[in-house]
Amino acid sequence: MDLLVLILQGVIVAATPLVFASIGELVVERSGVLNLGVEGMMILGAIAGFAVTLSTESYFLGIAAAALAGAVAALLFAFLTQVLLSNQVATGLALTIFGLGLSALIGQGYSGESTTPLAKVHIPLISDIPFIGPVLFEHDPLVYLSVIVVAGVYWFLSKTRAGLILRAVGENHDAAHAIGYGVIKVRFAALMFGGACAGVGGAYLSIVQTPLWVEDMTAGRGWIALAIVVFSAWRPGRALMGAYLFGGVTVIQLHVQGLGVDIDAQYLSMLPYLVTVLVLVVISHDKTRANLNAPACLGRPFFASS
Amino acid sequence: MKMTLRKLSVALALGLAMVMSGGAQAQTKVGFVYVGPVGDHGWSYEHNQSRLAVEKEFGDKVKTTYVENVSEGPDAARVIQQLARAGNDIIFTTSFGFMNPTLQVAKRFPKVKFEHATGFKRAANVATYSARFYEGRHVIGLIAGKMTKTNTVGYIASFPIPEVVRGINAAYLAAKSVNPAVKFKVVWVSTWFDPGKEADAAKALIDQGADVLMQHTDSPAAMQIAEKLGIYAFGQASDMRKFGPNAQLTAIIDDWAPYYIRRVKAVMDGTWKSTDTWDGIGPGMVGMAPFSDKIPADVKAMATKAHDDIAAGKLHPFTGPINKQDGSVWLKAGQTAPDGDLAGMNFYVEGIEGSLPK
Amino acid sequence: MIRLEPRKEVSKHLLYLTPVMAVAVTIALGLVMFAALGKDPFRAIAIIFYEPLTDLFTISEMIVKATPLILIGIGLSFGFRAGVWNIGAEGQFTFGALSGGAVALALYQVEGFWVLPLMCLAGILGGMAWAAIPAFLRTRFNANEILVTLMLTYVAVLLLSVLVHGPLKDPEGLNFPESRLFHEAATMPILIAETRAHVGFIVALVAVAVAWVVLSRHIFGYQVKVMGQSPKAAAYGGFVEKRVVWISLMISGGLAGLAGTFEAAGPVGQLVPALPVGYGFTAIIVAFLGRLNPIGILLAGFVMALTYIGGEGAQISMNLPSAVTGVFQGMFLFTLLGIDVLARYRVRMARRLPAEKGS
Repeated sequence: MDLLVLILQGVIVAATPLVFASIGELVVERSGVLNLGVEGMMILGAIAGFAVTLSTESYFLGIAAAALAGAVAALLFAFLTQVLLSNQVATGLALTIFGLGLSALIGQGYSGESTTPLAKVHIPLISDIPFIGPVLFEHDPLVYLSVIVVAGVYWFLSKTRAGLILRAVGENHDAAHAIGYGVIKVRFAALMFGGACAGVGGAYLSIVQTPLWVEDMTAGRGWIALAIVVFSAWRPGRALMGAYLFGGVTVIQLHVQGLGVDIDAQYLSMLPYLVTVLVLVVISHDKTRANLNAPACLGRPFFASS
Repeated sequence: MKMTLRKLSVALALGLAMVMSGGAQAQTKVGFVYVGPVGDHGWSYEHNQSRLAVEKEFGDKVKTTYVENVSEGPDAARVIQQLARAGNDIIFTTSFGFMNPTLQVAKRFPKVKFEHATGFKRAANVATYSARFYEGRHVIGLIAGKMTKTNTVGYIASFPIPEVVRGINAAYLAAKSVNPAVKFKVVWVSTWFDPGKEADAAKALIDQGADVLMQHTDSPAAMQIAEKLGIYAFGQASDMRKFGPNAQLTAIIDDWAPYYIRRVKAVMDGTWKSTDTWDGIGPGMVGMAPFSDKIPADVKAMATKAHDDIAAGKLHPFTGPINKQDGSVWLKAGQTAPDGDLAGMNFYVEGIEGSLPK
Repeated sequence: MIRLEPRKEVSKHLLYLTPVMAVAVTIALGLVMFAALGKDPFRAIAIIFYEPLTDLFTISEMIVKATPLILIGIGLSFGFRAGVWNIGAEGQFTFGALSGGAVALALYQVEGFWVLPLMCLAGILGGMAWAAIPAFLRTRFNANEILVTLMLTYVAVLLLSVLVHGPLKDPEGLNFPESRLFHEAATMPILIAETRAHVGFIVALVAVAVAWVVLSRHIFGYQVKVMGQSPKAAAYGGFVEKRVVWISLMISGGLAGLAGTFEAAGPVGQLVPALPVGYGFTAIIVAFLGRLNPIGILLAGFVMALTYIGGEGAQISMNLPSAVTGVFQGMFLFTLLGIDVLARYRVRMARRLPAEKGS
């Protein structure tokens, strides 16, 4: 039982960067933009977060810096794709390349440095409930923030007028423009939110999970986040589930090895990816097609014709 | 007028001096190819530190160049060739995956010397070198065996190549020799370098009861997790004390500097020959970080003695009787492992649970 | 204020002028960047853009690097035009390399002119098989191919590693995770003596030509364009969509698999875990830089290859960290992509009329 508690705690830590990155990208894609630069924004957030936390000794400033770094990177993407109407797929990939390079360049002086990880929060009484307490209520503040953000996005998209506008822009930007919504403004805002989230997700790696900096430390998590957005059928709750599923299988396969089970470790490493595909197939199959389609304008450049 | 003339003559003299000193000695150009970033604080970092040691040793007589993050695939041959074309006299390629690209380029540049790390193919102008890290693993195995209270040692391994398997076997044998009840849990992360995944693996091992960690991956992530959870760990490739001031008991340090300096000097003296070098603690290629104060004095003494015995050639970490995991006899009593067996090691020794990924 | 007005047709001479302008802007930005890093900016720019073009070796290496980018890019362009997002060309590349390489190893030391073509066929079929999985899952279960192709990329790379550590390992290789070096008959013939440029490049050129013909003249090219521009119209002819999905994925999978076999049999000469270096992803950029047009892809492939080789040269000659190459490439891509707007839109200064407020 104790081991199960520890495993679940590990799963949550592994999944949290993915939660941040995917919920941010989900909002972006709901507004009709495909930003493949998530990896680049995450890694920029990671170096910004680490560098600022190290020099100011303030986690708050570090996380804020990470969000800012991600948002600024997204701003660059937004300018290129929304104002200069550049191809979104290629621009996103360019952002990833640029982000990986820039972060490595900035990070040159920081390898070999370390800070203390962000501490867990112990909530009196609640954290002591057997099983549920330690599993759900004894984590660092960013874990709770990630869940709050997901809930917030859900509420925003489905219950607020602004969310409705954002979804309208994503489904039919020409009609939205005709009604008078500022398509480009909405997308800029969505992109910056997505960038900030990706940045915080990256900072989780460099401030909480492994408080150090090495280049490319995101190791492809941005791509997994993109996959999770697709997996989620662009619904926030499902994105949370997808992140935990992926993070979960990753952690569990490590435990399986430790327990001495006789399966080749490299086959076990494939599990997270195969399981994600399998679950997607199952989910996609028994729902009506309409629920699963991406926002109709995803990836299309918006050009105001009037 | 006089002032100007004086200034002119000073300038002229300076200029002449510069020209003359520039042309006075021929520089030896040394190239380095790294598979990872120099900031990895592990494998490539130590190679780069050794490169800096070469610069320090020879000053103006050498000019070093390095290329980092060179993948072992199609790009490697081009990078090595570019270094050769750039006039480097000796080129160090620091990962086993560079083996065939190095030989390929070496054929085209017979006058350039190549040094390939951890490989086994040589040529007239290609030498190989590697470090007997397993000697260091023996020492940390002894310490681990004594320091573990749960009798479980966690091992974070990257890929099942002979070097990694040697390390596991050596550490296990040493730990078992001082603690017959010890068990090793090995987790394969299928990467040399992914701090997040290494941290996940460290936590999983600790969750399953390991209270001492060893790693054969490149980042200090596992050390940080050990520090956070109050566990002991051993640094890999470099001293990781900064990441685990309480956790690190000691570290295995790759020190290529003595070898690099030797080989560069040989090029300068014209005495370079293709050799196969497999050095360990004795010649200084495998270093160890200072032992932590958390290690009791008697354990320290035992480990130090083993360290010195290995250095002096009195102790070989693989000395029989040792059986393979399937029970078959590998080494008879008193027999030490031939280098050939070690170079291609692809089996666990008896007592390690779980099977080796194929 | 500045307004953009779409051009009725893409301005032909701006089409060629914009990349030149982008290069000029990148050079300007690059000069600033290198100066800020404390390096001789002019020398750095010359090393990146000019030097690789002046020497046979570097030109041949550009051909080596451009070949897989062009092959995969051509394959991807079909799918992208149709709205089929194959993000997993890297996985199809890897599986194709595995298939072709396995044939080479199975036929070790067997001589005959047919060995290499058989390997290439295996590579094509392997890539197609790997792409068939997302095709099937999309047409039968409506599973989004972005996720499936991406996940399968990781699986393919791990599969290569597993097999090279095991059954495909060189028996005389001291248990190192590498396959045997392919024998002569299983190696790509060299195009330019003393270099690594191989006949795969000719195949890439043929692919460019065939793609150009198909897209401009064949009915399939038309269907692809329709589906891309108006998916709802295409959906009415439901069977057309399924066919286009399958054919696009088969084309991109097959070409990626072929590129993989070429890489294994050519520049590398064996199967190693590090064989996949990201060509499948870079080719996506190449496809879009080339505006999904075969000739454009040919040129874009060379441009990307130039930045890689030039960037490497700068690392060697100026002791720069590898990060600089990434930053420079990113900057270059941003300017190329951003300036492209001028070819498609006209910039106008327009006054906003008082009545024209957002209602």
